[in-house]
Amino acid sequence: MAWVLEARDIHKSYGHVRSLQGASLEVGEGEVVALIGDNGAGKSTLTKCLSGVVPVDSGEIRVDGRPAAFRNAQDAREHGIETVYQDLALAVDLNAVQNIYLGREIMAPGLRGRLGFLDGRAMLERTQASFRELGVNVPDIRSAVANFSGGQRQGVAVARALMWARRVVFMDEPTAALGVAQTRNVLNLIRKVSERGVSVVLISHSMPDVMAVADRIVVLRQGRTVARFRAGEVRSDDLVAAMTGSLEVEGAAA
Amino acid sequence: MTTSASTEGLDSRQSRGLGRLLLDRPELMILVALLIMIVVFATMRPDAFLSAINIRNMAMEAGMMMFLATGMTYVIVTAGIDLSVGAVLVFSGVCSVLVMRLIGVDSPLAPWIGLVVAVLAGVAWGALNGVLIARANLSPLIVTLATMGIALGASRLLVGGVDITGVPSSLVNTIGVGRIWGIPVIFLLSLAFAGLMGIVLHRTRFGLHTFAVGSNPQGAERAGIDVARHLTRIYMISGLCAGIAGYLTLSRFASTTIAGHAMDNLKAITAVVLGGASLFGGSGTLVGTGIGVLIPVVLASGLVIVGLPSFWQEVAVGIVLLAAVMIDQWRRTRRSR
Repeated sequence: MAWVLEARDIHKSYGHVRSLQGASLEVGEGEVVALIGDNGAGKSTLTKCLSGVVPVDSGEIRVDGRPAAFRNAQDAREHGIETVYQDLALAVDLNAVQNIYLGREIMAPGLRGRLGFLDGRAMLERTQASFRELGVNVPDIRSAVANFSGGQRQGVAVARALMWARRVVFMDEPTAALGVAQTRNVLNLIRKVSERGVSVVLISHSMPDVMAVADRIVVLRQGRTVARFRAGEVRSDDLVAAMTGSLEVEGAAA
Repeated sequence: MTTSASTEGLDSRQSRGLGRLLLDRPELMILVALLIMIVVFATMRPDAFLSAINIRNMAMEAGMMMFLATGMTYVIVTAGIDLSVGAVLVFSGVCSVLVMRLIGVDSPLAPWIGLVVAVLAGVAWGALNGVLIARANLSPLIVTLATMGIALGASRLLVGGVDITGVPSSLVNTIGVGRIWGIPVIFLLSLAFAGLMGIVLHRTRFGLHTFAVGSNPQGAERAGIDVARHLTRIYMISGLCAGIAGYLTLSRFASTTIAGHAMDNLKAITAVVLGGASLFGGSGTLVGTGIGVLIPVVLASGLVIVGLPSFWQEVAVGIVLLAAVMIDQWRRTRRSR
């Protein structure tokens, strides 16, 4: 399989803390990859490295087989890689449309646009269309996100990533704060996205979620990639064993 | 975001209507308060309170303060603060007078060059504030407290501690005491300036990014906004406003007024907060700030006219300010970020 995104032997330290010491991850087109591991295993750090938020110390990142360097989140986004951060990274005083288009606003045509005026109608209509398509429900798309519930905010953050991603969406614990029905919505969204050919990397603590949507599962432990599984061939117990270190199958079933 | 978030959704549906409107648009509450004050003073002493001279005085006071408050609105929307505005106002005025005296007060170019000098001096202080806050990541409170002291001290050093005259009389006559259709020119200028800055804040990408930076700086950074550059520009805008205010102060008093602006920073902050902006950033309107500027001015003038000591104005503004901050705090906790 040709990998859309490939990371090899990534190292990253914060001072004396070695967060990543040779982590690897590869993502195929339209694939849902679950990235799991115990607390401190380096899941979030790897996500940040591959979405450009923090620079790597060493290691190789390839996009569609070509080497790529991410200096900031903008670089990763230009490669079609979007991230749903655990804290959602929404500006809660802005409305849903403004959040979706923040940093990528549609300017008004002609002189008004060059003076800095926005095309509010175009952004509103496209956001409405995309929310309909993705099944994201919010009470009022023009009201401040601060007035939304946790699930609705999650919907906005996920929709923002999905609207812009062309290759890969990273989702850092997208269901951690959600109830049962909202979790099901997010998992459905993940499937819908992968059907459109966009890959999803799901970082999660929830074994049922992982088993429900992932095509492959990659296990990190102490900053290294220690195991890879195909979803159909693995039991929850094996995953826990790999996470805690009682089982080591680097390279297996990749 | 956790359990409280789902109940909060219910709350906001239940409390629609007037209460909800006042919560979402805090400046409406302060507008009602302003209108009540005006009605009370106007019914008690219509002859004096509504006299042309009193209205002109109030317009002049409010117009001067509006420049500083406009810049302060931008700063507070980004969750910042700028204590240096009064000192930068003085510094810009001093530099402007010194240069105009150098050129010759009677030179027709002097007022224009003076304006450029005042604006440049203001923007330079703003740039210094901005760089220290946004690039060196220092606290805006401390940075602007420090630059306030430096700018005021430098102003006194430049003129040896005493106010100097030498403002071109053409400037004083056209701007300072000038009127168009009976309305002070300074008030008209402040309306035009605040209107322009209001359009920029509420209708353009620059304004949207200002709210985003105040609402969630990390989120804004991740959305591709250069937060440090944007914040630097915001403090430069505040410096620009102080520079213009410094120039207009010269035109009004025909002299520097070094000792007269120690409270300007706090007055501007008061106006912005009264106008419904949150010190936590991410919210505020220039219309609200305009109303917030008028409240202390109307109170001061009205209380004297109805025969109460004007000291009551300070007490009343303090109480209204406390109420505004408490309402903001209540809004913030209700929506549990």
